[in-house]
Amino acid sequence: MQAAKENFLLYLADSTHILSHRNSEWCGHAPILEQDIALTNIALDLLGQSRNFYQYAAELIGNNATEDSLAYLRIESEYKNLLLVELPKEDWAHTVLRQFYFSVFLFYLYQQLQQNKDVQIAAIATKAIKEVAYHVRWSGEWVIRLGDGTEESNQRMQYAVEAYKNFTGEFFVLTNYEKQMQIDFELIQQQWNDKVAAVFNDATLSFTNSNFHQVGGKEGRHTEYLGYILTDMQYLQRTYPNATW
Amino acid sequence: MVNEQSISVANIWKIVETIPDPEIPVISIVELGVVREVKIENDIIEIIITPTYIGCPAMDMITMHIKLALMEAGFKNVKVTSVLSPAWTTDWMTEETKNKLKAYGIAPPNTKQIVCTPDLFIQDEAVACPHCNNFNTKMVSRFGSTACKALYFCNNCNEPFDYFKCH
Ligand SMILES: [Zn+2]
Repeated sequence: MQAAKENFLLYLADSTHILSHRNSEWCGHAPILEQDIALTNIALDLLGQSRNFYQYAAELIGNNATEDSLAYLRIESEYKNLLLVELPKEDWAHTVLRQFYFSVFLFYLYQQLQQNKDVQIAAIATKAIKEVAYHVRWSGEWVIRLGDGTEESNQRMQYAVEAYKNFTGEFFVLTNYEKQMQIDFELIQQQWNDKVAAVFNDATLSFTNSNFHQVGGKEGRHTEYLGYILTDMQYLQRTYPNATW
Repeated sequence: MVNEQSISVANIWKIVETIPDPEIPVISIVELGVVREVKIENDIIEIIITPTYIGCPAMDMITMHIKLALMEAGFKNVKVTSVLSPAWTTDWMTEETKNKLKAYGIAPPNTKQIVCTPDLFIQDEAVACPHCNNFNTKMVSRFGSTACKALYFCNNCNEPFDYFKCH
């Protein structure tokens, strides 16, 4: 149970961490200033969630683990993030759609975690869910704005839907450690499907349901893209161990 | 020469109350609701703080300012602990604090809590412009210069302003 909880915390920490990094790549590049600020704010919220999960995981793992050692000194195959969040940022349509898929999942997951028997997990979820609600609204509104926008924006949105169709299934293909967490994932899947369907309806987009799912991220089997992120992120600690500033 | 003060919870509160928020210096970290508790045990002072937003980057700076202010007053055994529960809310802000925000040009948070829903296109109830008090305002972006603020525009006086989101 303890090991399952550690893995589950690392899965959440790594997923929020990597998506935070991907969003931060937009800093200075978003279409307009307000959206640049919105996306970096979301990146900051995700990083805050990630730090709290790492800190708690480090406490449980012991052995002098810290949030920094978990973030900076684990290799690719030890990272447990969803494949969806490590994919390159692509265009604005891909970015807002990925954020939407992920935020809707987190929202319903945190809704359950608020009642978790583990008080620290419950506290993090209770704190974070207000912010995740903002993310759902911001990203969902963009999905509708682009989907129900111009011919080109609709087409780009539809390309993004196509690009991620095999990656959203991983939310609900459960690992052993998730199965031990006493979370009703079937309920989350139902809620996720309903929310995505409602927004897609408003956005005049069609959801491509895929029976084939790309999985493995949650158990350390990643696409080629994660390595580049970790190289970028871990370079300093790897080259100058224990460097501080 | 440090000004030696006796260790009492009330004295420590008085010192902490003088520390301004690093991002909105017109209100203190106590008025913002970040400082939750002061404890003294065996001459060790513990200050319990809670973040406004989970990734608030000002927390490390607030921790440092607390330690510095107490050190200046002669207290060296200081521990600052950050907790998440109960989760910070703008409901803790007093009317006086809200007035200070407004005088500074930031529209204070409305009291009604509608943030915790994933429904789209929901706006906060009307936000009054802190400059001209007119309610004819619109949201430009839900995310402003800091995590706790949204960016608004006043259609009456044509001035942009920050709104301290109710949270
Ligand atoms: Zn005005």
